[in-house]
Amino acid sequence: MTELAQIRNFSIVAHIDHGKSTLADRLIQLTGTVAERDMKAQLLDAMDIERERGITIKANTVRIEYPAKDGKTYVLNLIDTPGHVDFGYEVSRSMRAVEGSLLVVDASQGVEAQTLANVYQAIDADHEIVPVLNKIDLPAAEPDRVKEQIEDVIGIDASQAIPISAKSGLGIPDVLEAIVTRLPAPKGERDAPLKAMLVDSWYDPYLGVVVMVRVIDGVLRKGDRIRMMQTGALYGVEKLSVLKPAMVDIAELGPGEIGVLTASIKQVRDTRVGDTITHEKKGCEKPLPGFKPAQQVVFCGLFPVDAADFEDLREAIEKLALNDASFSFEMETSAALGFGFRCGFLGLLHLEVIRDRLEREYDLDLITTAPSVVYHLHMKDGEVRELHNPADMPDLTYVDHIEEPRIKATILVPDEFLGDVLKLCQDRRGIQLDLSYAGSRAMVVYDLPLNEVVFDFYDRLKSVTKGYASFDYQIIGYRTDMLVKMSILVNDEPVDALSMMVHRDRAEMRGRAMVEKLKELIPRHMFKIPIQAAIGGRVIARETLSALRKDVTAKCYGGDATRKRKLLDKQKAGKKKMRQFGRVEIPQEAFISALKMDN
Amino acid sequence: MEDWRNGGFGLYLHWPFCASKCPYCDFNSHVAAEIDQSRWARAYEAEIARVGRLTEGRILNTIFFGGGTPSLMDPDLVARVLDAVRATWTTANDIEVTLEANPGSVEAGRFRGYAEAGVNRVSMGLQAMNDADLRRLGRMHTVAEARAAFGVARDCFERVSFDLIYARQHQTLAEWRAELSEALALAADHLSLYQLTVEDGTVFGARAAAGKLRGLPDDDRAADMYALTQELCDAAGLSAYEVSNHAKKGSESRHNLIYWRYGDYAGIGPGAHGRLTLDGRRWAVEAPKAPGAWLERVEKLGTGDGLTETLTPQDQAAEYLMMSLRLSEGSELGRYEALGGEIKPSTIKDLVGLGLIDEGAGRIVATPQGRIVLNGVLRELLA
Repeated sequence: MTELAQIRNFSIVAHIDHGKSTLADRLIQLTGTVAERDMKAQLLDAMDIERERGITIKANTVRIEYPAKDGKTYVLNLIDTPGHVDFGYEVSRSMRAVEGSLLVVDASQGVEAQTLANVYQAIDADHEIVPVLNKIDLPAAEPDRVKEQIEDVIGIDASQAIPISAKSGLGIPDVLEAIVTRLPAPKGERDAPLKAMLVDSWYDPYLGVVVMVRVIDGVLRKGDRIRMMQTGALYGVEKLSVLKPAMVDIAELGPGEIGVLTASIKQVRDTRVGDTITHEKKGCEKPLPGFKPAQQVVFCGLFPVDAADFEDLREAIEKLALNDASFSFEMETSAALGFGFRCGFLGLLHLEVIRDRLEREYDLDLITTAPSVVYHLHMKDGEVRELHNPADMPDLTYVDHIEEPRIKATILVPDEFLGDVLKLCQDRRGIQLDLSYAGSRAMVVYDLPLNEVVFDFYDRLKSVTKGYASFDYQIIGYRTDMLVKMSILVNDEPVDALSMMVHRDRAEMRGRAMVEKLKELIPRHMFKIPIQAAIGGRVIARETLSALRKDVTAKCYGGDATRKRKLLDKQKAGKKKMRQFGRVEIPQEAFISALKMDN
Repeated sequence: MEDWRNGGFGLYLHWPFCASKCPYCDFNSHVAAEIDQSRWARAYEAEIARVGRLTEGRILNTIFFGGGTPSLMDPDLVARVLDAVRATWTTANDIEVTLEANPGSVEAGRFRGYAEAGVNRVSMGLQAMNDADLRRLGRMHTVAEARAAFGVARDCFERVSFDLIYARQHQTLAEWRAELSEALALAADHLSLYQLTVEDGTVFGARAAAGKLRGLPDDDRAADMYALTQELCDAAGLSAYEVSNHAKKGSESRHNLIYWRYGDYAGIGPGAHGRLTLDGRRWAVEAPKAPGAWLERVEKLGTGDGLTETLTPQDQAAEYLMMSLRLSEGSELGRYEALGGEIKPSTIKDLVGLGLIDEGAGRIVATPQGRIVLNGVLRELLA
């Protein structure tokens, strides 16, 4: 057990690419926590997807022992938090588990929107914040301008910001020293009943579910019987460790300490981030405040490209769910796409991460249907229903009104692109809440409907700002609007996988875009095919795919019989990848492309 | 009766050499500096004897010299081959002996010799009726030479056919109308009119892949050109009896009809394909493509056949349908079913409803609208 005064718990707040993981690596390296030969880049980002995308999805932690200049050895616990808004709740819990943050800002780039959201979380958690200016050795570094920006935009004192280069190691000893001298030690009562926060959990194939905890009060020991206060579940602690970052067993964790435990917990689903852990007997009375169950805000269908892979998909989703309690899934059938799952996610990035992991780690080819948000249907009989899938939209005569989720979007953008960004937000039914300047960059705050954002907002924003804008959002509530279900009909047959909820004023434009795209994607048939977008019985956009005019082999003699037969056999095999709608065959690729939202 | 007898029995001989390779051509053709024609004669004779033993007792209906450029063969070589054929099979009284010829002046000089050897029909590769386009197609002859060669051919052979390629780069409907009218005025008894097809593995294919083959008509314009072709040929008494082949009544290529009526044919020469019914099984046979490899195989192993496979009843039915539906006489449903094929009545009804096929008297026939989308029709029928 370590004395409270010798413990410092902290997180690092940074925008993607601003050097969070590299700084963490340097801290680990300089303190000799990991032997030089075991170092690999970005130690804490364990998943391939995390390394590739430069993001952190799961919280992670490392315990560092640091002999400070005052002659004492300190235990520094770094919790590496998820860096994305989709995991905002997880971030807030991680922040509550530590007392201070290093705010890492790229001295050549300045503050970004994502940094803001996380730094506000840190401020909310009453953190002491130490600004760190990274990449100070780059020719484009402007430390003074960035310091000023930190003060203007975030409103914290940046005069003592530490200049570093995580890449070269410059300034790292100053950071270690600042952690000890500038961040507060944790508080807690060793003799009080056990009160610990469940910070995160994950599934380990050898150990089962591993739970990361921060002890607030009391002492947690191996062999203790514990209670999860939100779920009421009881477990016996089988293994208690600290992460360095490899697991090192420890007899007990006292106040202020961070570690992991295993307790024969079968599924990650049985653990709740933010839950309070106490002893079964003589436990604490009140749980920690702020607990929230996971809330899915974006839904989409995931279908195997090859219908024969459905069972593999089911198995893969169930396995992934062992490790990620924050997405939901239920079986779904679509006339277009066959059997699949309707899945709910914390946000768009979460959706992408899960889909990528299913495709990569389980080697599946998937079709993702257009993401949909959760609508509130207020029925005429007073009932309120949640709508996760436009295909389930009931007859309008039973619906009184529909509410949709709105977000508060914060966008930081260089001046020159401001006009385009404002236009994009206006086009997406946005309401401007704020517009301010920090140096040559504008900070725009908009109230936007989430359904417009899940469509292709990120891509459009990136393209109109040449990638210079940064964007973040939080859900602010539900509001009534003129929402309608738009159906797509091919040869007068509705195609369920393509129906979507849209605002009435935007329906015609979206319908037009969809039918034009489908006209390009559906191969010509022997007959002409009308492609329509409709709201109820009213057609709002229509294209006609003309009949095939020429498809014949000019020369076919004795030598061509085999080749031609094999070609027809191959086409027959290809037909199996087509989906039949009445008399029209739509290739799988057409769905994939139509559902990609990159006009 | 064995099924092949519905179509007859023919012999295809492949001569694999050309003076130069045309940029659109994906046939098995090679350019060689020196060719030992007597060595080829011996190989052909050996193969004829071998295939003759397998098909003993049959009457041979047709012989076709294809290539390559068979008009590069010495008339003596052609004579030796035909002598060997006559010594091997009983030939039909009206046997058709066709040789593909380039319409150049040198080739025309050999026409008399071919006729004396027994060739009674030539099929000439005119391809275009203007010199600029001939050059673009990589052809070595001029229009003037072709007209002269055509005249010589008319004097030497009972029957003369020629080929044109249309739907070429930058070709307009009006230009094709003028060109085809000019060609029809030559009064051949048979015309093969092919739309330019860009094949992989050719110079045109590579150019197209690089986006450098410009001005090709889209499918709609190509369809219009096809319709115009039918209109002009019908008016000239040369209706289409097959997708790309037109003839005066009775002047159809009997050899090619064997393919389309799904008869038996032996293929001799590099890359030649055959269909032979032996001991109740139908074999698909394919010889190695490289001229040297084929020669060695014949000389050392005593057979030119490379790949052979037996065709399942379903394969045979599919081949019969896709070949016979190319003909204006269409396909016999009874024969298709006897071979092992199946068609849902609803599919036929659908296609009749769309105006793509006609049904009657136990046959189905592609309509003119159906013929130009025949691959689509076949996909439906064979689904």
